[in-house]
Amino acid sequence: MTREIFSYIDHHDGVAGECAVELFNAAKKIDAGSRVIALVFGTGEKLDNVCQQVASFYPEVWKVDNADLTACINADLVRGLMLNIIPQNSIVVIEHNSFGIDLAPGLSIKQDSSFTADILDIEGIEKNNLKIVRAELGGRVFTDVNCDISTGAVLTVRPGVFQSENSESFSGEIVDKSLEAGQVKVNRKFIEFLEVEEGDVDITKEDFLVSFGRGIGDEDNIPIVQKLAEVMGGMISCSRPIIDLKWMDKCRQVGSSGRTVTPKIYLALGISGSFQHMAGIKGNAFIVAVNKDPKAPIFQYADLGVVEDLLEFVPILTRKLSESLG
Amino acid sequence: MKILVCVRKVPDPGENEILINEEDSGIMQDDLLYSLNEWDQFAMEEALQIKEKADGASVSVVTAGGRDAEDVLHRCIAMGADDATLLYDEAFLNRDGRGISIAISAFIKQNNYDLILLGVESDLGAAQVPGMIGAILDIPCIPLVNKIEIINDNTLKVGKEVEGGNHEVYEITMPCILSIMSGANEPRYVSFRAIKKASKIEIPIKNISDLNLSPDQVGDSAIRVRQVRYFLPEMGEGAEIIEGDMEEKAIKLVEYMRDKGGLK
Repeated sequence: MTREIFSYIDHHDGVAGECAVELFNAAKKIDAGSRVIALVFGTGEKLDNVCQQVASFYPEVWKVDNADLTACINADLVRGLMLNIIPQNSIVVIEHNSFGIDLAPGLSIKQDSSFTADILDIEGIEKNNLKIVRAELGGRVFTDVNCDISTGAVLTVRPGVFQSENSESFSGEIVDKSLEAGQVKVNRKFIEFLEVEEGDVDITKEDFLVSFGRGIGDEDNIPIVQKLAEVMGGMISCSRPIIDLKWMDKCRQVGSSGRTVTPKIYLALGISGSFQHMAGIKGNAFIVAVNKDPKAPIFQYADLGVVEDLLEFVPILTRKLSESLG
Repeated sequence: MKILVCVRKVPDPGENEILINEEDSGIMQDDLLYSLNEWDQFAMEEALQIKEKADGASVSVVTAGGRDAEDVLHRCIAMGADDATLLYDEAFLNRDGRGISIAISAFIKQNNYDLILLGVESDLGAAQVPGMIGAILDIPCIPLVNKIEIINDNTLKVGKEVEGGNHEVYEITMPCILSIMSGANEPRYVSFRAIKKASKIEIPIKNISDLNLSPDQVGDSAIRVRQVRYFLPEMGEGAEIIEGDMEEKAIKLVEYMRDKGGLK
């Protein structure tokens, strides 16, 4: 019997997220012979647009139109509606992002299935176990994990790891499951959406970014990296912990909860290299990491690495660069 | 208002060199330094700030772990928690997130908390426990919160941080669970003296039968997600490491940035 695997499609403003293809690929790695069904929740014309897009690379799309999803996709509501339409003990793949974190863990409990988060690679099924790879300790170690799928599974997947060049093309059937989904009462009411402030600089347009993290040690050391940025004709930016400490404005943050940048050169100074940070660097950036910890996860992502304390190394680099540029 | 903060003792990310044990079944434990999960510090601080603003509020702390998990509870007491409980049983050790959530949920069921706070995630990076507890107990849970406003005795207004640093603002009824985002507040400094004083306090321990749980709910056979091998990222993958003394490295780096990086 063909296994069905469901994927939850994120969408914004009538456009399906990049995750849609990634989740299809992930599902095929779980079970190459599976029938992958897209789940799309929303309302009105935007929902229909998303379903049309998704139907070109899924054999089947289940649409749930619910008016309470107009202003915001409420994860509690989606979970309740989803449980009304998917078979008990299903395998569901979801993107590991702010919505996935909200939807998925509770879904696994209600389905009484296993839950595995932030998957980096999928090896396949052996008997009743799905074998996957994920990381722990902020990316410092990796683990092979066996997930019991005998009562289904809810899986969240690291954004970007299951991208592909060519996706299979379909004229997927769009099935309206709105009636079956019914209505669900939730104890969370959406009030409003607050957009982040613009800030007075725009790091997203810069070619050269000198970015720093906790390795800076003290707020008083920031001029050291500022000087380097000036010599390079670039700008300083930073990772999340620096924002949490309020040493820089939010507009300077690179990462999934900050800005996405596409520089030519990205200097990551004293930054450990969490995936949330690295997710903010796109395009073909030449990434250089300076970190005194040779095992810092950043060295897995960078093109070039220098194992030194940034506070000692950066002044020397600034001087050499200054001399070289004349 | 009765507030509960659920915390976890984790290997300190900054202080340790991570090595794999001989059987590849875990990280090497000798000399490993542990501390309170950094995310949990924001949850603790949030609880204490709410307590300071609301009359008659109390902050309790709980962890499910080994006997030595007591020291993170002592730290929380030093920060200002009113009481702490350790959920300890052989069966809880090495449990998956689901098992931890079942244990903590059983504890919550025995007490009447209005607000339950946790850090967003811990050393496993799964961000699963808050949502699982919510579903087990059928109470609403919102993760990634860094704005909380008390509307009245049973309603809160919270801001969930989403991609780009934007916020979704929700109204949520208590009892409820919130996982607290980093940067929601500035965790207070705890003096060595306060920690020393707190460490003298005896922490009550609850085991499986105290929590009205059965071994097949939380024992080894109940584990659904199991790590079978640990490994380090392969050497040779990733960055090309520049060699030499600092001056030499700087010179080489400048060359690379001008050749490959487009710096003029």
